[in-house]
Amino acid sequence: MKSNEIFERLIAEFPEDIISLNEDENSESFIYVNPRNIVEIMLFLRDENDLFFDYLSCLSGVDSKENLTVVYNLYSIQLKHRITIKADIPKENPSIATVEKVWLTADWHEREAWDLIGIKFEGHHNLIRILNPYDWEGHPLQKDYKTPEYYHGMRVPV
Amino acid sequence: MGFLDRLDKGLDPVGPDIMLGTVEDLLNWGRSKSDWYMHFGIACCAIEFMAVNAAHFDLMRFGAIPRASPRQADFIIISGTVTLKMAERIKRLYEQMAEPKYVFSMGSCANSGGPYWEHGYHVLKGVDRIIPVDVYVPGCPPRPEAFLEGMVQLQKKIRHQEIFRKREKMSPEDLKAIEDRKIEMEKQYQDYLADQKLKNQEIG
Amino acid sequence: MAERKDIEIDFGRIEAQRTRLNLGPQHPSTHGVLRLEVELDGEIVTEVVPHIGYLHRCFEKYAENKTYPQVIPYIDRLDYITSMSNEIPYVLGIEKMMGIKVSEKVEAIRTILAELNRIASHQIAVATFGMDAGAFTPFLFFFRDRESILDIFEKLSGARLLYNYIRIGGLMNDLYPSFKNDVLDVINVIRKTNAEVMDLLIDNKIFIERTINIGVLPADVAISFGCSGPVLRGSGVPFDLRRDEPYLNYDKFDFEVCVGKGEMGTLGDSYDRNIVRYHEMEESCRIIEQALKILPDASEDVRSAMPKKVAPKGEIYAKAENPKGELGFYIVGDGKNKPARIKSRSACFVNLSALPAISQGSMIADLILILGSVDIVLGEVDR
Repeated sequence: MKSNEIFERLIAEFPEDIISLNEDENSESFIYVNPRNIVEIMLFLRDENDLFFDYLSCLSGVDSKENLTVVYNLYSIQLKHRITIKADIPKENPSIATVEKVWLTADWHEREAWDLIGIKFEGHHNLIRILNPYDWEGHPLQKDYKTPEYYHGMRVPV
Repeated sequence: MGFLDRLDKGLDPVGPDIMLGTVEDLLNWGRSKSDWYMHFGIACCAIEFMAVNAAHFDLMRFGAIPRASPRQADFIIISGTVTLKMAERIKRLYEQMAEPKYVFSMGSCANSGGPYWEHGYHVLKGVDRIIPVDVYVPGCPPRPEAFLEGMVQLQKKIRHQEIFRKREKMSPEDLKAIEDRKIEMEKQYQDYLADQKLKNQEIG
Repeated sequence: MAERKDIEIDFGRIEAQRTRLNLGPQHPSTHGVLRLEVELDGEIVTEVVPHIGYLHRCFEKYAENKTYPQVIPYIDRLDYITSMSNEIPYVLGIEKMMGIKVSEKVEAIRTILAELNRIASHQIAVATFGMDAGAFTPFLFFFRDRESILDIFEKLSGARLLYNYIRIGGLMNDLYPSFKNDVLDVINVIRKTNAEVMDLLIDNKIFIERTINIGVLPADVAISFGCSGPVLRGSGVPFDLRRDEPYLNYDKFDFEVCVGKGEMGTLGDSYDRNIVRYHEMEESCRIIEQALKILPDASEDVRSAMPKKVAPKGEIYAKAENPKGELGFYIVGDGKNKPARIKSRSACFVNLSALPAISQGSMIADLILILGSVDIVLGEVDR
């Protein structure tokens, strides 16, 4: 299934939540959606027979200066097509509903996005840091992050 | 100079089956030829270390045997990037080892932070910031041959170490530090005993 | 005649206390600096909580602070056993963003190197899995043969482990003259050792009894967990990016996608994951043989397509079938010479997240084997 067909299917089902489709030759084609109904959209993408996105390849958080973006790279093992879903969330209140009930793999990906970018996933059963120590402060991949001087008495910068 | 080298040097005036030397020489010869190491790997260098261990490079001919417990190990190999999360564990492992103990810093990351030197917010810039290092092996990762050279250097260091009369040659500050540490440890032990006693009373 | 009654004997109950056991981060059998917090009921594992991040080397921070070609050495250090394969998805992604086409020879060389690296990685995986089960000899055999693969890489790139050989738009340098013969020799040696290991380890009754029916991962659970590579194929799902989304020139070759069949025990157990890796080594040998046939003999400038300035604009999710599974890079470029964001989707990270689900209810001694069959490299888990 081509990305514009997937877009047509989505906009017929969720007319208010689907924002735009970006198609570029040398780039991934992605669909911007409203973060409000993200779980319903994802369940629709997973459960419809002609979409059947059973495989969440990657979930990334991106700090694009104005706001934070959550990027879902979906793939269908059965039908062998792919699509990228993006949702922009404001920096002041970076929260979005979790999709860990849709794909189990989202659990760790979301914990990583929380740890490094600072996106809160509402409803996640165990949203704690995963890579950095549990008592680490700040989210290192935010553009305005400053490395701490000391951690537990060890000097961090050179 | 090694203990057995004296046989070849003709320094032996007594006879072919008698060799003169100090007890220290004998002990150091034994210690340098059977260094047991703490068996654990951290990062990429650990793969090269596994290659050192395997048949092709065969580390065991140096008398180095892997031990899984730090309490049975003579030296520890820091084979990879030390992150801040790992640093506290490494320090604890080092403290659990019995004296005399040696530290082998393998690869650029353990030496100085290596490629993760500049922006690594979670990388310790050199393991010598938390524990004293005896041998530095450069490389990213070091070739197995470089590691073996480091092993020879470590043996050399052990062979020339003083065991007896070490105290006499120490500076007064160091001796005082040792005495202070002894008193502190004794106090900690007494506190621990008192604590245990209190707990036993509570249970009893 | 006495009335028959149901006999009830009260054996009493042993009140077992739940024990929390800490494995790692310096445990010799956790394959690196993984820490597992295990809750035990007697010998039965009731809960496993992996704590990772002991090797978090800030890859994604570095990727934002280095230029595109400078990122490649850091990608080498993700999964440090399969450096050559790691470079491929990143390089392919940038090439697609910039619209670069590489020559046939470069593609063939990349394929051969990726497959050689796959063999080297699977050798370590099978060897350490055997070690976890108590077999030391295959470890020595495999490491001896792995040296001959590393020798080829060393002659090509000058390094034994971390190569920085595959560049954006080309390669570091051309092949050396006796490359073909070296590779053919290595393949012969690998096939011979594999046959030996089959007798020694894989077909050994003790090994089979030890590894079947533990860590069973059903296919639908594996897909939901996003597992890939031998872990997913061990569960019987024939998903292989080399065939399903062909990159390089894999569509020209005839090879089989090995899947677990559950021939010894349950489908998707530790044995199946291991046997998939074992058979994939043979398939890799076949691919290399075919690739050597189409590899042009004439020497050419493999750096001719390399761009002077790498500053792509756009975003891409580039992926490739690595020995451990699907390695993907989500690359965002904003037209500058440094990437705006690179997120690495590492196969080991995702595969490891399935460990708590598959090890619940197993024995504590089997936990180590289950972990060994997932085959993780902590450099890629923590990045």
